[in-house]
Amino acid sequence: MKVLLVDDEQELVVTLAERLGFRGVDAKWATTGHEAVVLARQESFDVAVLDVKMPRVSGIQLKKDLERIRPDMKFVFVTGHGSEEDFRIGSAEAARYLVKPLDIDVLVETLKQVVAP
Amino acid sequence: MTQVADSGSRSGDRSPSASFVRPDLEVEPKRYSLNLRRMWQLTALLMIIVSVAPLMVMTAIDYRVTEKSAESEILLNTARVVSNTKLAVEFSLVERLAALDFIVLDNSFTELNDCARVGEILEQLQSSFTGFVDLGVIDSSGHQFCYVGPYALSGVDYSGEEWFADVQKVNTYISDVFAGFRHVPHMVIAVRHDLPDGSFYVLRTSVDVALFHKLLANLEISGEGDAFVINHEGVLQTTSRSHGDVLEPLGLEVPSVADATRVYETPGPDGTPLIVGYSYIPDTPFILMIVHQKTALMEPWSDTRRQVISFLVVSLSIIVFVTLGVTTYLVGKIHWADRQRVAALHQTEYTNKMASLGRLGAGVAHEINNPLAIIKEKAGLMKDLFDFGDRYADDPKLMGIVDSILGSVDRCSAITRRLLNFARDTDTTPVEVDLGDTVTEVLGFMGKEAEYRTIDVIVEIGDDVPQITTNKGRLQQILLNVVNNAFAAVDDGGRIEIAVDRQDSNHVGIRVTDDGCGMTEAQRRRIFEPFFTTKSRRGGVGLGLSITYSLVSELGGTIAVESEVGKGTSFLIVLPIDPGSKGGESR
Repeated sequence: MKVLLVDDEQELVVTLAERLGFRGVDAKWATTGHEAVVLARQESFDVAVLDVKMPRVSGIQLKKDLERIRPDMKFVFVTGHGSEEDFRIGSAEAARYLVKPLDIDVLVETLKQVVAP
Repeated sequence: MTQVADSGSRSGDRSPSASFVRPDLEVEPKRYSLNLRRMWQLTALLMIIVSVAPLMVMTAIDYRVTEKSAESEILLNTARVVSNTKLAVEFSLVERLAALDFIVLDNSFTELNDCARVGEILEQLQSSFTGFVDLGVIDSSGHQFCYVGPYALSGVDYSGEEWFADVQKVNTYISDVFAGFRHVPHMVIAVRHDLPDGSFYVLRTSVDVALFHKLLANLEISGEGDAFVINHEGVLQTTSRSHGDVLEPLGLEVPSVADATRVYETPGPDGTPLIVGYSYIPDTPFILMIVHQKTALMEPWSDTRRQVISFLVVSLSIIVFVTLGVTTYLVGKIHWADRQRVAALHQTEYTNKMASLGRLGAGVAHEINNPLAIIKEKAGLMKDLFDFGDRYADDPKLMGIVDSILGSVDRCSAITRRLLNFARDTDTTPVEVDLGDTVTEVLGFMGKEAEYRTIDVIVEIGDDVPQITTNKGRLQQILLNVVNNAFAAVDDGGRIEIAVDRQDSNHVGIRVTDDGCGMTEAQRRRIFEPFFTTKSRRGGVGLGLSITYSLVSELGGTIAVESEVGKGTSFLIVLPIDPGSKGGESR
């Protein structure tokens, strides 16, 4: 399973990618939308885990961009903000919606469910 | 995001989580400054003055005018009676004088020397006129040589008498009333007749005072009136009703000489005002007087006055009563409206504060969540390194530290998540709400306090309770207010029960029961009124439950309370399961 992690907090995505690696998930990370698009063009991912709130390109916009490149890609949204609006959009647009701080086991479980429904 | 208006009493920060999300809604209860007492006084005073003053002035003017006219009417009436009576009295005297004149002209002196003839004449006189008592003929030396009458006056010598001297100067003479030799009040009328030889004789008669009495008694005099005759010296010539008997001095001053009839007002001997009318009867020593008690004459007017004044007093009482009543009612209404306004203001402020706190909480939670996520991942990575690598696998102390970090992060994230939940719930979109979860969330804020105060909190959720569609934020505020109220009511070691069950097909009930101090019936009836508080000494404003009440109404539900002093209080909140279109109130 190949996962693309996108979050503007580099410390978070780096660590998360490493941890997912321990659990047999092949995770690449990006800290901006642009990097994510570049990565997506280079290779295919099963799931993208996107932070909803990011500078310049938001998670929602990025999802649309990535969908154009990889139509089969699944999405999981992550947010540190629990507003109603985020929740509604997150639930509507993506397969799953998780609130930070993440529980690594929950994340892995979610990814598995998203990839193999 | 929620808290209660009445939480001022809970100043001790025993529960950090609770105090963090429960900023006191401390408002100044005396912020509005309508001086209602002064308003009441001014309004009542103004209204009373405006309505009473014209009435008083009109009554006063009317009083003056009618009094004047009543007085002048009395004076006029008195003058008329006096003048008529005077004419009658004068006429009766003139008549008798004329009769004597006729006798001396009709009879020669020789005839009058015959006493038998004089007796005949007296008889004729008495049959034609009243009052003649006797008749005497006196020669120029003053010797009464002929006398007929009931007294033995024949041969009496009048030469030394004053009247005899007077009658020589003027042809006729009318005396004062006097008792004389016979001790009966009478007056004397005398006529002088000159003889051709230069001497003269006088025909003299005494007239009974009853003559006057007859005339005066026929008068109908109102107002305890008194008609009598006095002479110029102020001696009564007739009997008066209340001013003395005949020949007694009159208690009043002798009125000044006047040709015509006069009426004046004077204080009587005992100080009561009298109306006195008088007239000098010409060519006689007599003054006719009519005296009235003024108060008696004014009686009809006074009666009317009394009626008018009683009417005025009654009107004034009604005006004052109605004015005070209406003013009190209106000021009360203003007071009520003002309190409604302030309460509404408070509620708006409260709602705005809630929204601000929601945004603040969300911001804080978001900002903390990001670094928290990093801490968690880093610690997680450390753990992963222990678990998946073998370098540190046998170091139980490090593992313990990492677990402790992760545990603390979880606690932090539980707090931020709660904050985020409340922040989200300040939005007003109706959502499906699980009542059990909501109760648990609300109790999350009270958990520490319950623990410290060893309060038993028992939650019973009925199996058949469905999810309801409602505004979650409002619901949380309602529950928190009511639960907070229960916490304030119970003593340490008390018990609070929260029972949720289905009421009917479209309603659920949430019953919050405590075993606290309870309240009286009077308190119970007023408990949802704005500004009603039993916690004023502890800083309560009295808005918590009134806000709760309006929040429940907003959700289309009802709230009721049962209470017994010393036993406890039970709030029952009934909410619709699906309020339909009513769910989405705007802010």
